[in-house]
Order: sequence, then C-alpha cells, then structure tokens
Amino acid sequence: MSQKEKETRKREDQEDAAPDPEVPAGAQERSKKVQEEADDILDKIDEVLEKNAASFVKSFIQKGGQ
Amino acid sequence: MHRRIMGLESEYGFLFTNSGDRIFPPERALEYLFQGIMMNSWSRDAFLPNGGRIYQDTGSHPEYSTPECDAVRDVVIHDKAGERILSRAVETVTHQLETEGIEGQLYVLKNNTDSAGNSYGCHENYLIDRSVTFWRLSRTLIPFFVTRQILSGAGGLVRKADESVHFVISPRSLHIREKISCSTTSSRPIINTRDEPHSDPQKYRRLHIIVGDSNMSEISDLLKVGTTALVLEVIEGGGLHDRMSLEDPIRAIREISEDPTLTVRVKLESGQEMTALEIQKTYLEACRDFFHKEGTTQGVRDMLNLWEKVLVELSRWDEGTLGREIDWVIKWQLLSRYRERNHGAWEDPAMAMMDYQYHDVHEQKGLYNLLRKAGRVDRIARDVEIQAAMDTPPQTTRARLRGAHIREAMEHHRSYTVDWTYMRLNDPPQETLHWADPFNAAEAP
Repeated sequence: MSQKEKETRKREDQEDAAPDPEVPAGAQERSKKVQEEADDILDKIDEVLEKNAASFVKSFIQKGGQ
Repeated sequence: MHRRIMGLESEYGFLFTNSGDRIFPPERALEYLFQGIMMNSWSRDAFLPNGGRIYQDTGSHPEYSTPECDAVRDVVIHDKAGERILSRAVETVTHQLETEGIEGQLYVLKNNTDSAGNSYGCHENYLIDRSVTFWRLSRTLIPFFVTRQILSGAGGLVRKADESVHFVISPRSLHIREKISCSTTSSRPIINTRDEPHSDPQKYRRLHIIVGDSNMSEISDLLKVGTTALVLEVIEGGGLHDRMSLEDPIRAIREISEDPTLTVRVKLESGQEMTALEIQKTYLEACRDFFHKEGTTQGVRDMLNLWEKVLVELSRWDEGTLGREIDWVIKWQLLSRYRERNHGAWEDPAMAMMDYQYHDVHEQKGLYNLLRKAGRVDRIARDVEIQAAMDTPPQTTRARLRGAHIREAMEHHRSYTVDWTYMRLNDPPQETLHWADPFNAAEAP
C-alpha cells in the first residue's frame, strides 16, 4: 500500500468515527488532533521497533538494583 | 520558598545482545560504555566535568547522578543531560564494536523494571532541615508519595500470574514493600532512611526517596520533583499534618497503580475513603493556602498552576487529555493506538517491546525520543540547555566548583581523587579543596 493510499484510508476511518456526545467540543477537537498525530507516528514506530520483540523481552533480564 | 539542594540518581537497564560468531561478553560491553563516557579511563565510578557522577551500581546497572541543583528545572535539565551522555556513549561503543568486527546490539533503557520481575530505581534526594521531626515528616509525606504516581508514573505493562497483561500507572510502585526502612534492594520502602547529607549534619539531613519511576517526559519529571519540593517547604514551615494517613499505604500504592481509570478509593486511618486525585488535590490546596499566607514567587505559582492543571485534566480524563504531557498517559495512548491499529492483544511481545523501547536512550530508536523529535510531546527544557548541561554544572551550587576543578585537572593530566565534598590533587603537595557547603558556588578567597 502506498503512503497516499494509507493516508486516504486513515482519513476515511476518522470520518466514520461517530463523535461522542458526552465530550465537550473543545476537548473533542483536541482529542481528534492527538489521535491524528498518533496515527502517523505509528508508522514511524514500525520503522524503528525492534523486530525480534519476543527474543528481546526474554533476554531483558537485569539483576535487581536499588 | 527557601533554596534547596536536590538531585536525581537513575539506574539504567543495560543489555548487550551478541549476534555474530565472535563472542563478546556483556561485561565487556559495559566496560566499553564507561570508557565511552570517560575516555582514557577504565574506571567504573567517575565524577564528570558537569559535576555529575556516572558509576556501576548494584546489579551491573550504569547509574547517573545529577550534580547538586538548587532549582527544580535544573534537576530536569541535568537528568535529561544524563540520558544524552549515555546515548552518546552508546553511539561511540556501537561504532567501536563495528570497527572491531563484533556483531551485536547495545541497549540502555531509562526504565525501572525488566521482564523477570526485577526492579532498579530512580532515587530522589532533597536536602531538608534537620530540626523537622523525621517521624512527622515521613507520616505526612507517605500519602503524597503513594498518590504522586498519577502525575509522574512512567506507565507500563505488567504480566500477571495467569499470563494476562495489564497496564499500570507506575511499574515501580509494585516493587514497594515497606513504608520507611534502610533497605534498598530486598524490601524496598517508600522513604529510605539513608542519611548522607554531604554537608553539615547538624543543620541538614538527606531525604532519600526511592518510590518514584524514572521519567522520559520532562513534564512528569518536573512534577515529580517540583510538587515534592513544595510539599517539603510546607512541612518544614509547620503546615500540613498527617490527617490523610492511609490504613495500608503499601496496598494503596499498588491499587492506585493498577487502576488507570483513577476511580479506586483507598482507606485512610480515619476510616474515610479517597481517590488518588482527591488526596493529591488536598495536598495541592494545603500548599496553595500555605504559600498564599507565607508569600510566593513566580516559580512557586507556576508549579502550583501546573500541578492543578494536570489534576483537573486527569479528573475529566478522556482519550485526548494529557497525551503530550505526562509519561503514563503518553505511553497508554501510544500502546493503545498501536494495539488497536494492529488488532493485537496486550499480551503480544510487540507491546512489551514498545513499553521498553519507550525508554531507550538512543536518539533514533527510543520511542519517547521519536515523539520528541516529531514535536509530539510538550517540553520544559530546550535542547541547547540539555546539551550545555552535559559539560557544564549548575552555576549556583558547589557543583560549579567540582566541575571546574575536574575539567582543569583533566586538561593538565593531573591525578586527582574527588567526591561530593572534596577534591584532592594526588601529586605533591597533595592539595585538598573542601566544599562542605553545597549552597556555596564561590571559590574560597
């Protein structure tokens, strides 16, 4: 999937999401902004996230400190 | 607000994974790391030209201690400088290993727990007035420390006995077993009684707090130290009493950590039940009243306002709130969104990996650093200030003198012995400089 397609899909997903009537408008807008920001940061995380997660987690054993 | 000497010590998680044919033990990699910080020295305990100290602590952790600071913001800047010193050393060592044909990855994590249930700490130090009864001080502080995690918890995933994974506000909280004790590794207390004031013991004692998480977020770090400094000022001034003492603080700290909805109520000795938010608000109000009466400064007002703002936002806690500000919420949102997008489970190893990698000091790989570079987190320090603090001590405490003399001795290749309160030049006539007063930043006449 190209970057452009991904962005289109992301926008569609957001449009589909029904607004929560309980949340005041200002908070809702801010919440939406944070969500959008989080979405494209997830792609960046995929680029750097350790690929051998299971093996890292298993080997990340420290002696107890203070 | 009186001047107060403060500092943080952070124990870092360390891992070297050797992937090639050439075997290279992790102990050697740790040696390389120390050499990457103090060139031409194989020492594993060194004071640095910025007045801070790097050493190998119990359990083979690299530990960084900030120099003495007398402003909360300086503590945060120097704590962040410690991270950068380590991340720069990781880069140096990675390059060195490549040159030597050794395949492997070096990780340095500013977190407090591993995957086997071990913990290592972030220790806070506050110089306090010796005349305040330690018993009263401790009793008054315990409910504050039990609930402070909602401001400065690092957030994290915990695996339960049934293998299910849950998000907690403060991973460190689950390793606390006592209220007050001298123990640090077996039965960790909220307040540690280690009393090394490194200054006049008639006037001062050291308050050593080992209950907190290490922070990546500058705002969480600022709140951790800043709210504590306010509460200490009030207690020293005769305000705040132990009317909020908890029936079982150790149980309470765990229950609060395990409830990111912030609704759990904990029982007070009085029989009353309160949420962590309500307890924090009570401390905040007591501080407001005290400083209103005693007079205040802009710095105090800013800290009170930030504290209040975060508590207010937490009390109407929805998905968008505080996602740029405090560690546990930043991490909670990041992990939740990643899991939802991938239709994954909390039990997936990738989730645990994100939890760890959030704390990686590496400038490119560390997830907090990735957010920072993308402008996705709010900050209180500037990069130039943090970079400067890697080499330059605070200019208002004795750390200024220590740093300057270390730098000079290094430049002239002189052998020296240095500690928090003195420095001895080892060549005859073995001149010794004494810095007994941590508040004094001026050279002896």
